Amino acid sequence: MTDIPTIRDEDWRYADSNALAALSPDTFEQWRDIDVPAGETHRESFVLDAADPSLTRIRAKVGEGARLELFAVNLGGDYTRMEVITYLHTGAHFEFGGVTIGGGDAVREFVTRTTHDEPEATSNQVVRSVHWGEATGNFLGAINVGRGGQRTDAAQDFKALVLEKGATANAKPELEIFADDVKCAHGAAIGQMDEMARYYMASRGLAPDVAKRLLVRAFIADAFAALADEDEAERLLEAALKVLEDRL
Amino acid sequence: MLKIENLHAEIDGKEILKGLSLEVNAGEIHAIMGPNGAGKSTLAYVLGGRPGYEVTQGTVTFDGKDLLDMEPHERAAAGMFLGFQYPVEIPGVSNVQFLREALNSQRKQRGEEPMSGGEFLKLAKEKAGLLKLDMEMLKRNVNVGFSGGEKKRNEMVQMGILDPQFAVLDETDSGLDIDALKVVGEGINAIMRKSDKGVMLITHYQRLLDYVQPDFVHILAAGRIVKTGSADLAKQLEADGYDEVMAA
Repeated sequence: MTDIPTIRDEDWRYADSNALAALSPDTFEQWRDIDVPAGETHRESFVLDAADPSLTRIRAKVGEGARLELFAVNLGGDYTRMEVITYLHTGAHFEFGGVTIGGGDAVREFVTRTTHDEPEATSNQVVRSVHWGEATGNFLGAINVGRGGQRTDAAQDFKALVLEKGATANAKPELEIFADDVKCAHGAAIGQMDEMARYYMASRGLAPDVAKRLLVRAFIADAFAALADEDEAERLLEAALKVLEDRL
Repeated sequence: MLKIENLHAEIDGKEILKGLSLEVNAGEIHAIMGPNGAGKSTLAYVLGGRPGYEVTQGTVTFDGKDLLDMEPHERAAAGMFLGFQYPVEIPGVSNVQFLREALNSQRKQRGEEPMSGGEFLKLAKEKAGLLKLDMEMLKRNVNVGFSGGEKKRNEMVQMGILDPQFAVLDETDSGLDIDALKVVGEGINAIMRKSDKGVMLITHYQRLLDYVQPDFVHILAAGRIVKTGSADLAKQLEADGYDEVMAA
């Protein structure tokens, strides 16, 4: 790719076009490759903040019966995009948990493309977005089940919490299925904070900021529920909640 | 302890409480009964400071302080407890975590030291035992998947842990089976029947009053207290119905 993508490209439709234009074309060629050998597990987590480059692009091949587990908190500046393209061999599994959180006018997004072209591979993606100000959180998730992808089990779950009028969340599940014996589930919900829950908590003495922190924590924790390393899950949650606290 | 004078309150511009006056002294239990739509729950929510319930006239003082001037969490810290008619579910937040945060949030507002995890668990275990609620229930998410009766018992466990000066219990008896009613009634007595505490018991039925003997029974109709009597008034209501008793 030598041209900088524009928001006319489907995969970049919610991107911040000004931020894109400011990037050099090389940036778009910088892919990181992850190869998970058959039967092995590769687990990695990311906290993308303002110090990270705008684009984190990963191309992964997950060998037979192998597992790739990626967990990420996206709290970057202006425009921060994490993209993961995964090819699953027979019986492989891809687990993805992502949180976008923050205010300002930044666009923070996860873009995944998961290819199930061999039998019995599974994938599970859980993304939670919490935004305020004029910020945007996106999840664009493509799942491609080819003819060879029989007995695929793929799931995508996106939920967004918009704390203020002006913030935005976009969900774009994109399922393309050419095999007949597959399970593909996707769900997307965008809503506001549960005011009754906040009131209930206040009625028990919880100060509004403590209540909000607890509710947001509970909301985003789903994204890291599949992360077996509890300390690491805690570290990611705290990184995300720090952004909320700075706002409160 | 709690003094309500000429209270007028409205929801969405519709006046529900129309000049309600009532005084509850320390050591007293007052039952509020009344037909559907009389304003019983509105009274509870106004005392608990629920957003959307607007007081247009009148005063409420609690231990000499202006209750209406306090935020909901400040009312809780000052010793006010509201038992919900429909306890709220909070997915992702465990009862134990919620109550410990609530208790410590109250203690902080009162300038007291936080309670340690160990001390808290001991207290929670004791109160759960009093209400015959399995300790396992307290480890689960707040009210999620609880039956109607379990939710109400959980409200009383919360009351036991938070140990308020004054409790407004909004139809705590509804949804309880006969055995649970007895347990809850005895729980209320154990926690709140003290010379320095007060209770406002909102109920439709006389049944709960067999276990929790009220010092006064008030009939609330069309937004005002229209009749006040002793525990016998509740029995009379049960026998004759609201229309007849109020006409007498």
